[in-house]
Amino acid sequence: MGKPTRVTNRIRALRFAAGEMTQADLADRVGVTRQTVIAIEQGRYSPSLEMAFQIARVFGVPLDDVFDYPKEK
Amino acid sequence: MPFEEKVTWVSLVVAVVVPVAYFAIMLGRLGEVSAADIAYQRPLLIAIGASIALTIVGSILAGIGTGISAELHGRPASDDIDRKDERDKQISRHGDLIGFSVSSVGMVGVLALTMLEYEYFWIASALYLSFVIGTLVGSAVKIASYHRGF
Repeated sequence: MGKPTRVTNRIRALRFAAGEMTQADLADRVGVTRQTVIAIEQGRYSPSLEMAFQIARVFGVPLDDVFDYPKEK
Repeated sequence: MPFEEKVTWVSLVVAVVVPVAYFAIMLGRLGEVSAADIAYQRPLLIAIGASIALTIVGSILAGIGTGISAELHGRPASDDIDRKDERDKQISRHGDLIGFSVSSVGMVGVLALTMLEYEYFWIASALYLSFVIGTLVGSAVKIASYHRGF
């Protein structure tokens, strides 16, 4: 089970665009552990819809700008 | 490492060390007395009590260690210790579910021993072993979930 989720994300890019926000800062603002932020960034964990919205809200962008789900081939 | 993972490691280590000590002592005694006469009750209760106590002490030490480490790295310790998020809860539930399933399979063996009227020592030992293996598997699943993804 290397990458159990097909959901991809741009959190890393968005963090750097937001003044090089650290993973710890993002974790604090969302109220999760730093390890969870790391797991999401690396595609090892697919967050709940609620957490996904919270992450998008931190960056002030729509959900689609943070997360992507590939179309079926 | 998330604090919840550290606590899981504590449970895993305790679930190995205490039962190994218990079974080593009891199997040693089995060479001296028969299973019908062996006094397993007190050692078993001590083993269960020791598991609970060691898990609590280990978790406290993990918390202290995490706090010291956080201070050394200039991070608020509460970040790691006080925070249990949805991923921690999901991993915990997932591990517990598999652990309980494994224990349940062991219960079938305990039931078989009971029906075959084995000595109480063997029934109690099988029951204890079922819980121990369930804890071990559950903890291993949780740790694997933290590392390999969930």
